[in-house]
Amino acid sequence: MKNYDTLLNDLAPKKFGKLGVIWTSSLLVIIIIGIIAYIDQLIKGQVVTNMRDYALWGIYISNFVFFVATSFVGSVTVAVLRLTNNNWRTPIVRIAEIISLAAIVMAGITIMIDMARPDRLLNLFIHARLQSPITWDVIIIPTSIAVSFLLLYFPLIPDLAILKKHYKDESPFLSKWYGKLSLNWTGSKMQKAIQTKSIQIIALMIIPIGLILQTIDAWLFSTTYRIGWDSTNMGAYFISGAFVAGVGALVTVIYVIRKVYKLENYITELHFDKLGKFLVLACLTYLYFNINEYLIPVFTAKKGELTHLDELFTGHYSILFWLVIVGGLIIPSIVLMFKNFRKPLPMFIIGLAVVIGSWWKRYLIVTPTLLHPFMPIQGVPESWHHYFPSIHEWLITLATLAMALLIITILVRYLPVIPIQRTADEQEMLKNDKNTKS
Amino acid sequence: MKNKETTSRRKFLDKGLKMGLITAIGGIGLTKLASKLSAQSEESSNHKMELMTTDGTIIQVDSSEVEEMDHHTKEDHLNHNVREGIPNRKFVMVIDLAKCKNALKCQVACNKHHYITGDNAWLKVYKMQESKDTAPYWMPTTCMHCDKPACVTVCPVDATFKRKDGLVLIDNERCIGCRFCMAACPYATRVFNWSEPNQGEITLAMDMGEEIHSTPEHAGLPSIKGTVDKCDFCPHSIQNGELPHCVTACPNGVFYFGDKYEDTVTNGDETLRLSKLLNDKSGYRLMEGLGTDPSVYYLPPVDRLVNFEDGLEHFTEFQSVEKPE
Repeated sequence: MKNYDTLLNDLAPKKFGKLGVIWTSSLLVIIIIGIIAYIDQLIKGQVVTNMRDYALWGIYISNFVFFVATSFVGSVTVAVLRLTNNNWRTPIVRIAEIISLAAIVMAGITIMIDMARPDRLLNLFIHARLQSPITWDVIIIPTSIAVSFLLLYFPLIPDLAILKKHYKDESPFLSKWYGKLSLNWTGSKMQKAIQTKSIQIIALMIIPIGLILQTIDAWLFSTTYRIGWDSTNMGAYFISGAFVAGVGALVTVIYVIRKVYKLENYITELHFDKLGKFLVLACLTYLYFNINEYLIPVFTAKKGELTHLDELFTGHYSILFWLVIVGGLIIPSIVLMFKNFRKPLPMFIIGLAVVIGSWWKRYLIVTPTLLHPFMPIQGVPESWHHYFPSIHEWLITLATLAMALLIITILVRYLPVIPIQRTADEQEMLKNDKNTKS
Repeated sequence: MKNKETTSRRKFLDKGLKMGLITAIGGIGLTKLASKLSAQSEESSNHKMELMTTDGTIIQVDSSEVEEMDHHTKEDHLNHNVREGIPNRKFVMVIDLAKCKNALKCQVACNKHHYITGDNAWLKVYKMQESKDTAPYWMPTTCMHCDKPACVTVCPVDATFKRKDGLVLIDNERCIGCRFCMAACPYATRVFNWSEPNQGEITLAMDMGEEIHSTPEHAGLPSIKGTVDKCDFCPHSIQNGELPHCVTACPNGVFYFGDKYEDTVTNGDETLRLSKLLNDKSGYRLMEGLGTDPSVYYLPPVDRLVNFEDGLEHFTEFQSVEKPE
């Protein structure tokens, strides 16, 4: 067993190397370009996008749905694994909490980018109408942000106290901030009791909040008369999709952090194995709802619905559709059933495929439906019959993705990605366990 | 025994109270009635008036019995709450597909009077053909002004609203541009101002510093960037006792506009009973199955007076708003 000092040295946040600096500054450049594009959009109006009266929502919305879905990772891995007493979760929960927070914050920002009149944001509160699913979103997203933040923060407090001590000589400035944020944590019995209880309550809260968040997101679509959206399957379909996107993102980020921070001793192959199984479960669940959403309706599809399904199966969107279904869902779920593929590198590649698939999947949920309204599309320019994002839309969307990664990067830089106190406690327990046994 | 006595006493008291109450109310009612009767007989002027009933018989009525009816005055139309609507009215439209030959005068008039300069007109005339074997026809569409409007349900800020007189309007000063209403509308009737609208004379006047106050009752005056527009059934015309622009512009009398409560619609040339018209000509509404309850009725394209082919000359697949040269 390693002693406490090596543990602390391994897990305390470290300064970035050259690669880290390059990574962070490229993210910043992408974000700045995106902000410039957004300012241009504010000045000229959303005419700079390729959205028009028929394709009235585009990648801003599908990107928003992607962020919301990814934020589900906090509910799934952290809360569910905690409540089911899966002890292997310790080294991955904090990363999951960080992804969750970054994703939900970005979801809130992305939905505002889609608003054509962000200057009237306050109307959402002044004139709020409870019957609109957007108002439900206005309520649930800030709630999710708050609870996701607390889910990250509360378990972090003992670690912050440790870091305060650790950086006392090395960096007094950092030490001061860690100290402030640790809220005078001494590790007394009473503090521990309060902390455990609070975490328990938040872990219980984040599950219904996560489910509600995903479902409201689905209801944004299913409360309209649109073919392809007007489906009772939508809520469960979105929840299972979020499960996939979240775990996929977690696998990918964990691999990178493990590699960069050299955490092979903490995040072991066992964790990848477990996460691999988890991802298979997610993919199969999602596949089940996809079959319900796309395949079975073929039997009774009405004319409009059939056009929509044809467009996905064999028409204009077929290549993308099958790439996403086969490459992002079927292949991962088959391949991950074999132990050899649940190793770090293959898992990273599969996780990446799943995340990219998840992103495009949202695009396929939003766009084709809008281009098949009940009325024929007539009397508008030819270009309005199609939709593909404009340069502005791409730049802004890339910037939001970069911003999410930047939030993750900053949090990873300054916070211990693996809970120090917990790991120490657990190892201590192991040691005691061995002593008693021998 | 004692118990029983108390209950019966209680019952008696209860009954007595109730009876008393009824007598009191009855008494008040009777005196009111009596006073009314006596007042009328007192004011009788013995001056008889001759009136015609709805079935054509002449009757004599004491002139004191005749009261002026509460009817729609111009004041009513001018002094109503924009969000409530014109009192005691329910506006409807009937579109006779048998008469439409895609002359497009309606669209031109609508574009002109609402200063529509974008790429998507609010009033469309669709070239329709349900299947290969069925007859093609021209179908003008406006906003359906649904009684159960999907757009109003989903609007998060009450920017689009339903009035008691049947109109679904938009407050462009409040709209946040989320476009949820456009996604919700099954009739694809809503149009978005993707950029700063260039509305010719209106924009010019505004640039000169003239203040044009946007009102939901005259959509397009002016259109506002980042907000939704659509057909408003022209309440600005109704207030002046005029018909919507599309109705007056149509050379073929396709559009009938009127009031459901009065059971009357007119296309400017003839005024008809709404219920009889819908009954005689099998009127229907678009996508009735959705349950949106539109205020626009269609008469099927039967016994047509016009050739479908005549309309092809004006049909433009990719344009609905004429661009200035």
